[in-house]
Amino acid sequence: MSKEYRGVWVFIEQNEGEIEGVSLELLGAGRTLADKLGVSLAGVLLGKNVLALCKQVISYGADEVYVIDHPVLEDYRTESYMKGVILLAEKYRPEIFLYGATPNGKDLASAVATDLSTGLTADTTMLDVDLEKRLLEASRPAFGGNIMATILCKKHRPQMATVRPKVMKALEPDSEKQGVIIEENIELHEEDMRTKVLKIVKDVSKSASLADAHIIVCGGKGLGDQQNFTLIYELAEVIGASVGGTRDVVEAGWLPHELQIGQTGETVTPKVYFAVGVSGAIQHVVGMKNSDIIIAINKDASAPIFDVATYGIVGDALVILPKLIQQFKEILTEKGGEISYAGKI
Amino acid sequence: MHIVVCVKQVPDTKIIKINPKTNTLDRRSAPAILNPYDAHAVQEAVRMKRLIKNVYISVLSMGPPQANAIIKKSLEIGADEGYLISDRAFAGADTLATSYALSKALEKIASIRPIDMILCGKHAIDGDTGQVGPGIARRLDIPPVTNVIEVTELSEKDQTVVVKRKLSGGYQLLRIQMPCLLTVEKEINEIEYSPLPNMLKAARYEPVVWTVNDLQDVDRTQLGLKGSPTIVGKMFTPPKHEGGKRLEGSADEQVKDLITCLLEEKKELFYVK
Repeated sequence: MSKEYRGVWVFIEQNEGEIEGVSLELLGAGRTLADKLGVSLAGVLLGKNVLALCKQVISYGADEVYVIDHPVLEDYRTESYMKGVILLAEKYRPEIFLYGATPNGKDLASAVATDLSTGLTADTTMLDVDLEKRLLEASRPAFGGNIMATILCKKHRPQMATVRPKVMKALEPDSEKQGVIIEENIELHEEDMRTKVLKIVKDVSKSASLADAHIIVCGGKGLGDQQNFTLIYELAEVIGASVGGTRDVVEAGWLPHELQIGQTGETVTPKVYFAVGVSGAIQHVVGMKNSDIIIAINKDASAPIFDVATYGIVGDALVILPKLIQQFKEILTEKGGEISYAGKI
Repeated sequence: MHIVVCVKQVPDTKIIKINPKTNTLDRRSAPAILNPYDAHAVQEAVRMKRLIKNVYISVLSMGPPQANAIIKKSLEIGADEGYLISDRAFAGADTLATSYALSKALEKIASIRPIDMILCGKHAIDGDTGQVGPGIARRLDIPPVTNVIEVTELSEKDQTVVVKRKLSGGYQLLRIQMPCLLTVEKEINEIEYSPLPNMLKAARYEPVVWTVNDLQDVDRTQLGLKGSPTIVGKMFTPPKHEGGKRLEGSADEQVKDLITCLLEEKKELFYVK
C-alpha cells in the first residue's frame, strides 16, 4: 500500500500574501526528511494571487510547489482550504504531510486527516524517520508534558503531523534554487460556503508582544503566591522585559492565559529569558529552550530547568529577585516608558 | 434550539505523576475532572440559553462508567440532559476513532432531537490535540470553527451565529450557517457558581448510557484501538542538555556576576547609565 505514496509535503500557510515563519521552518525540517528518504520535498500553497510566493517556497528548500489559486481561497476557511488540500493529496499521494501547529494549521490538518482516514500527530516538537519502514517518527510532550511520546502511523498514508512553531530551523534561502510549479484547478463557489469571513482584525496584544519580546521574565509556581509574583513585574519593568508564566501559574489564575509559555501556550525565542521559580517541566521547556541566554533562579538545585540554563542561581527567588531589581536599578537609566520599550522593538 | 456539548473526563494534569520505571501514567495519583475547556463550552451554552429562549442543552461524553461524574458536573453548570457512550469497543481510540464514535452517538441524539449546534472545548488537557472537534464536524458534514473566543450574535430565525475566532496575531469575525460545530477557548467566558437547583438536579440525575449496540450503522473496524491509525511507538525523557554555569558565592555576588555576564553578552538590550 505505502509503495504508491511518495514524497514529503509541507502546507505553506500564508496570510495576506505573507508566508508564516513556521512554514519556512517546516521546509527546513522536511528537507532533512526528504533527503533521508531519497524523495522530493513539496510545498502546498493555497490562496488568492499567491503564485508570486512560489519562488520563496523553492528558495527555502522545496523541489516542487503545488498551487491552487482561487478567489474563494482569499481568507482561510476550513471548508474551502480542506477541499483543495484533499484534492491534491488524493491525486499526488505524499507519504508525509506536515503542517504548522498554528490555529489554521491545526484546524486544517484535523479536517483533512478525518476525510483521508489517516493518522495525525498534534504539536510535534521532534521529527525523524525510520528509513527501513519509511515511518515518520513524530514526537511530542505527553501527559501534561513531563515525558515525550513518539507517535507512529504504520498502515495509513499520508502520515501527518502538526509541528510547533519555532522549534525547527529554516534553511538559509537560496535564490538560485530551481523548482517545479504545479498549478491545480478547483471548483469552488462562494455561495456554497457555509462560513463567511466578515472581517479580520489584527491584534498586537500581549501574546503578540510576548512572541516578539527580546527579554522575557517568566515566573513559576515556586514564587509561592500571587503577591510574590509582583516581583516578576517589577524586574520586568526595570529592565524593559515582557512578563510570562508557566502553565501552573496560569491555571492558578495569577496570569491571563495569553501569557502562558510552553507547549499549550506561546513558544518564545527571546535574547534573554529569566525563569524564576520555574521547575522546567518538558512542556514548559519546549516553549523556551531556543532562547539565546536562559537564566534559572530556583531553590531546588536539582530542578531540570538548570539543565537548559545558561546561568543558574540556586537560591530563593524571594531573596534573589529584590537584589537583582536593586542592582539593575543602580546601573540602568530610569526612562519610564522608554525603558519598558527597550525589551521589545 | 438544541445545543450538544461534547465533554471529556481527564486526569488533572497539574497533579498527575509518571511512574519513572515504566514511563506510564499513574492515574491514581490525580483526580479525574471535567476537562476545563469543556466546562467553558457548557458555560457558553448556558449563556446562549439566557440570550434566546427555547434552548435545550445536552452533553455527550465517551468513557468508562465513572465519567458519569463529569456529566453531573455539566448539569450543575446548567445542562439539561446527559449522554454517555461506554463500551470496551471504544477503548484505546485515537482522535480519528474518537470522532467516529462520537459522531455516531450524535446521529442518534439528533434522531431524538435535531441538533443546531455542537460545542467542544479547544482541546483536552490530557491529550492537548484539539483534533476531535473538527473531526466530528467533518463526519457530520457541518462547518467547524475552532478557537472561538466570543459569540457575538446568535440568530435562531436565520440559523446563523457570528463568532470571533482567535488567530496567531488577531482574530477573524465569521458568520456561520447552523448546524455547525464550535470549539471554544477559555477566555470565552467565566465559569459561574452553580445555582442550588442545578446542584440538586445534578445530584439525583442519571445520564442516558449507550453501549455500541445502542448506536446505529456502526462500522466496528473504525472503533477503539482497531480503528486508530496512530499508535504510541515509545515513551522517553528527552536527552538532557549540558546545563550552563552555576553562579557561586553569596546571593549578592551571584546577582552581581549575573548582571556582569548579561551586560557583556547582550549590552544592546539594556539602557546602561
